[in-house]
Amino acid sequence: MTPLELLTWARGPGLSIALAICAFGILLRLFEIFSLGRKADLSKAREHSPGSGWRTILSRSLPPPGLMKRAPVTYIGGYVFHLGFAITLFFFVPHIELVRGLTGLSWPGLPTQVIDISAVAGLLALIAVLASRLSNPVKRLLSGFQDYLAWLLTFLPLATGYLAFHHLLIDYTLALALHILSVELLLVALPFTKLFHTVSVFVSRWYNGDIFGRKGVAS
Amino acid sequence: MSASFERGYNAFKEVLDAPIASFFSSCVHCGLCAEACLFYTETSDPKYTPIHKLEPLRRAWQQEYTVLGRLAKLVGLAKPVTDAELAEWSELVYDSCTLCGRCSMVCPVGNDIAYMVRKMREGMSAAGHAPEGLVTATKRAIQSGSPAGVKWATVEATIKRVQKEFGFEVPVNRENADYLVLMSSWEILNYPEYLGAVGRILNRAGATWTLAQDAYEATNSGIQIGASDLARELVGRIVGAAEQLKVKCVISPECGHAYTAIRWEGPNLMGRPFGFEVKHILEVLDDLRKAGKLKLKGTLDKPLTYHDPCQISRRGGVYEQPRTLLNQLAPQFREMHETGTLNWCCGGGGGVSANERAESLRLTSFKRKKAQIEELGVKTMVTACANCRVVMEEALEHYHMDIEMLGLTELVAEHLDEGKPNE
Repeated sequence: MTPLELLTWARGPGLSIALAICAFGILLRLFEIFSLGRKADLSKAREHSPGSGWRTILSRSLPPPGLMKRAPVTYIGGYVFHLGFAITLFFFVPHIELVRGLTGLSWPGLPTQVIDISAVAGLLALIAVLASRLSNPVKRLLSGFQDYLAWLLTFLPLATGYLAFHHLLIDYTLALALHILSVELLLVALPFTKLFHTVSVFVSRWYNGDIFGRKGVAS
Repeated sequence: MSASFERGYNAFKEVLDAPIASFFSSCVHCGLCAEACLFYTETSDPKYTPIHKLEPLRRAWQQEYTVLGRLAKLVGLAKPVTDAELAEWSELVYDSCTLCGRCSMVCPVGNDIAYMVRKMREGMSAAGHAPEGLVTATKRAIQSGSPAGVKWATVEATIKRVQKEFGFEVPVNRENADYLVLMSSWEILNYPEYLGAVGRILNRAGATWTLAQDAYEATNSGIQIGASDLARELVGRIVGAAEQLKVKCVISPECGHAYTAIRWEGPNLMGRPFGFEVKHILEVLDDLRKAGKLKLKGTLDKPLTYHDPCQISRRGGVYEQPRTLLNQLAPQFREMHETGTLNWCCGGGGGVSANERAESLRLTSFKRKKAQIEELGVKTMVTACANCRVVMEEALEHYHMDIEMLGLTELVAEHLDEGKPNE
């Protein structure tokens, strides 16, 4: 298989298969969660509360007072990675073109210099959080194979994209094919690893805010 | 039914619900919950990381309720939960967690870890891995009416003391009263001034109230141990008395988990909403104040701070009321650095204070509160939970700290303007 054939497969059937597995996986995992149900809470909720599920979905994006100082690498690394990854994913013009080709939807992109910075920042942040995972005793205790796999699957799309964009190290066509394939691996793994938090975080934060909110606490 | 691993594992399967499934699905192993837990911050031992305390429950969820987990179990790739593992986890689930819920406030993906530990305890106790101290306390509560073995005769003695000291009659089993007053064992045994204070305040406000001979104890070790059937039995006594006496409101005393037990878990344990209200004494004090029925005079003019009992503030939503009262009563009231719904636990909630084997860890974890008090430099600390108070008085003694502890209700009563009601 030549790099061009690989690219053609990755862009065509590869992407369709990956998207299908990802969509099916997400639906399956959501079904697994919601089918467990939740007993109605018979205690009387407070009438007025500064908290709620919807509020917590947003508020949990900010560190609670005092925590930033205790875990700066986790917070700063986390923010830089998520922002860098999201900016690169959603505002790189070729990515928007791809979405337009598939769905007809499009939005304005950002200059390539900005994308370049956000991708590099994302990569550096990923390296920092990996170093922290390996050296921090709490994170090391919590981590298993899946944590490192999820890290690698997140690192690869950014790294291969960077190589392709700058025509570094490997042939452009091959780099682009590898980039798309790495994204496909990420899509396939997303529902079945901790990467699923991309979706479930909205559910878990909502439940948290709802549990606290009915007691009158803004969480 | 006797405890067995099978019963415990079935209880795990029983308690797993959609919120827990979403929590486990969302965890990214970032370790931030550890930074919010005083058992980790004061020991630096990673095994006290809150989410790690749930590992057996997580695997039960994965192997029973996810397709991939079930497949892995089928082909022998999943690590099964074992009885030996649960025995090992007993310390993590009971000794090093006060159900304070601080981790639940900081988890970036929103995991309510305290909710999960509470649920996990159902399986742990069914499997026979609850600590002996808590099991004994629960048995005593079921048999004698109180975890400390306090019988009605002891309550009567307290009533006599209060009547003699304050010169009012303590009503017992009075029907149609506004309030049914409950106490915790600590208040009956160590702080009878609580009953005196509540009586004075309610009498002054012109409210009717009563004690119930069948339901004087508010605490509920069934909640702490994680045995819903026993918790239901204990809550049921209060509900029965409140309904029989047709009271409008049950007052949960200065006790943290009693409030959780009656106010929030109670209706769920009984399987029906209550026809009466349940309020913490601080909520009642604030209601009376708002209605102009709580007139205070004088102030306590010395630097003091307020320790938020976790189940009252973070897990109960009562954090403004004590501040309103203290701002009125104590001109030198100062807040600790991390306070209100982000307070640090005393280290003895969630049954830890009744669990003898946890004593040394509890005293170590108190270093967090110690640092908070020292940072503020006050010599007086007010709180609204008799358990927090006992735990902290013991720890203050242990660390040779000269800090005076006060109950807020008592402080309010001391500053009650006892002129005629309609003045």
